[in-house]
Amino acid sequence: MIELHFRKKLGALDFAVDVSLPSRGVTALFGRSGAGKSSLINAVAGILAPDHGRIAVDQRVFFDSQARVNLPIEKRGIGYVFQDARLFPHLDVAANLRYGLRRARGPVRTDWDSVIGVLGLSHLLTRRPHLLSGGEKQRVALGRALLSQPSLLLMDEPLASLDAPRKAEVLPYIERLAGEFGLPVLYVSHSIEEVTRLADHLVIVAEGRTVASGELADVMARPEHSTLIGRHEAGSVLECTVAQHNDDYALTTLHFADGQLRVPRVDLDPGSAVRVRIQTRDVTLALSRPMDVSIMNKLPGRVVGITPEDGPYAEVVVDLGSSTLRSLVTRESCDRLGLQPGTPVWALVKSVALDGRGISKRQSAAKAASPLRAVAD
Amino acid sequence: MDGIAWEALLLSLRVGLTSTLLCLPFAVGAAWLLSRTRLPGKALLDGIVHAPLVLPPVVIGYLLLITLGTRAPLGAWLKANFGIQLIFTTEGVVVAAAVMSFPLMVRAIRLSLDAVDQGLELAARTLGASRLDVLFTITLPLMLPGILSGSMMAFAASLGEFGATITFASNIEGETRTLPLAIYTATQTPDGDAIALRLVGLSMLLAVSAITLSEWLHRRTQRWLGRS
Repeated sequence: MIELHFRKKLGALDFAVDVSLPSRGVTALFGRSGAGKSSLINAVAGILAPDHGRIAVDQRVFFDSQARVNLPIEKRGIGYVFQDARLFPHLDVAANLRYGLRRARGPVRTDWDSVIGVLGLSHLLTRRPHLLSGGEKQRVALGRALLSQPSLLLMDEPLASLDAPRKAEVLPYIERLAGEFGLPVLYVSHSIEEVTRLADHLVIVAEGRTVASGELADVMARPEHSTLIGRHEAGSVLECTVAQHNDDYALTTLHFADGQLRVPRVDLDPGSAVRVRIQTRDVTLALSRPMDVSIMNKLPGRVVGITPEDGPYAEVVVDLGSSTLRSLVTRESCDRLGLQPGTPVWALVKSVALDGRGISKRQSAAKAASPLRAVAD
Repeated sequence: MDGIAWEALLLSLRVGLTSTLLCLPFAVGAAWLLSRTRLPGKALLDGIVHAPLVLPPVVIGYLLLITLGTRAPLGAWLKANFGIQLIFTTEGVVVAAAVMSFPLMVRAIRLSLDAVDQGLELAARTLGASRLDVLFTITLPLMLPGILSGSMMAFAASLGEFGATITFASNIEGETRTLPLAIYTATQTPDGDAIALRLVGLSMLLAVSAITLSEWLHRRTQRWLGRS
């Protein structure tokens, strides 16, 4: 467990953090800029000392104001990947990577060859940092942190300063990390797209407080966090497994707890765990099962909540059985169809809307997703 | 080159080198205090460090004389315990040159320390380096442009020190008569113009070379750090 229970007055922000997080998989700390996400992981790293409280990771106490413990940064055994890569400009890539490795205490768990291999760094080793692209810098920073043999990896918006193509270049590497090296990760981000691709566990941070914490899909399903997450963009998250491919039409069938989804072909073996993010605007609602439409995914469910908004829209939450789907419809449609809690509906999702960006392979989640799969079976 | 010029040149180079090396650790320390700490008396320290830049050199020489002279308490103590006498000796010239060139060195080193990204130091600590380890493996290497150019500037300034030297260490041939003092002596001597001119040429050559080298070193090290 990662236990964070502390208070800290920092300028206008009054931190009151009280949360326990799993010490496995990727935990995303999500919130607007200025919400205090970075300060939170800085407290874990030892860069920021709380006024009082306790911070511990798997029984190792980092900070305890009562016991007067405040472990210095270098003794905490954490890896930290900053938004700006912070490579040492006077050292080449290989020396940057070795910096933490040479100072690591205890046995080497993440070895040189696998880090270089996974992050694709072998051709960069003799280069100087100022000659690297933004994406390359961030990969080296990742490798450097991993090689310092941390027991916890902290990442502070590692993709935020990269442009879209560089993001797309680095993201798959981060996705592989937790799985390949079995390392717990605290990942700070204000991008729900990154969060839904990477995280197993989600913490929402607002004004120095942790306002929600839980499994990603659960936290995203709770309607009271709608405004905090900005759900129109986020939508719903379904944990699925690849069932089969249809090569004639280049489609893939995915199974999830409440049925199946057909999506544009994903290049993964049957049995692979994937996470599908469905944006609210891509879900259409119907009162009966429509037969003469092009939409391939028709999922039966029941309305459990309607959140009307000031503007033209209303957000409808549909319970599919063991998962939920959110749909953004106009208030007029809502009234015309007479939707209210309890109404049976069909949720319709265009396959075309479920392109590659919304579907991500799960590695670390293989174990985490197994209870879900047991339900599906 | 004649004996007088040769002797003065060698003495000046020796004094410049020694005073620069003597200054260096103190200058790094002073730069650190001024750049990284919030001492209550920081403004005063800043003033003391920079005083030699603005005070008449003769004042500095006189202050040295009344603190480090053989009859002054500190000077007497040095002589009694270590057998060190500063007035009328080359060591005295070194001390005068060191005090006078100290602010130039501190300024350059402090600027380079201000330019060190403290985020890099934090990153090093998350990688397991202690504060001292960070100082030697990150901070000092990143300060190298300032340390090198500051040292060259201090060296060049030491070569030209006149007022404090002649006041404190006096003008003794072969012992304290550096290039500028030799030039002054030549101008006071009948028919000394030819010697004086030669020494002036030598002085200018040295100064210009030192400044050029300092600039070049600065550019080179900045480029090495990818800051060009």
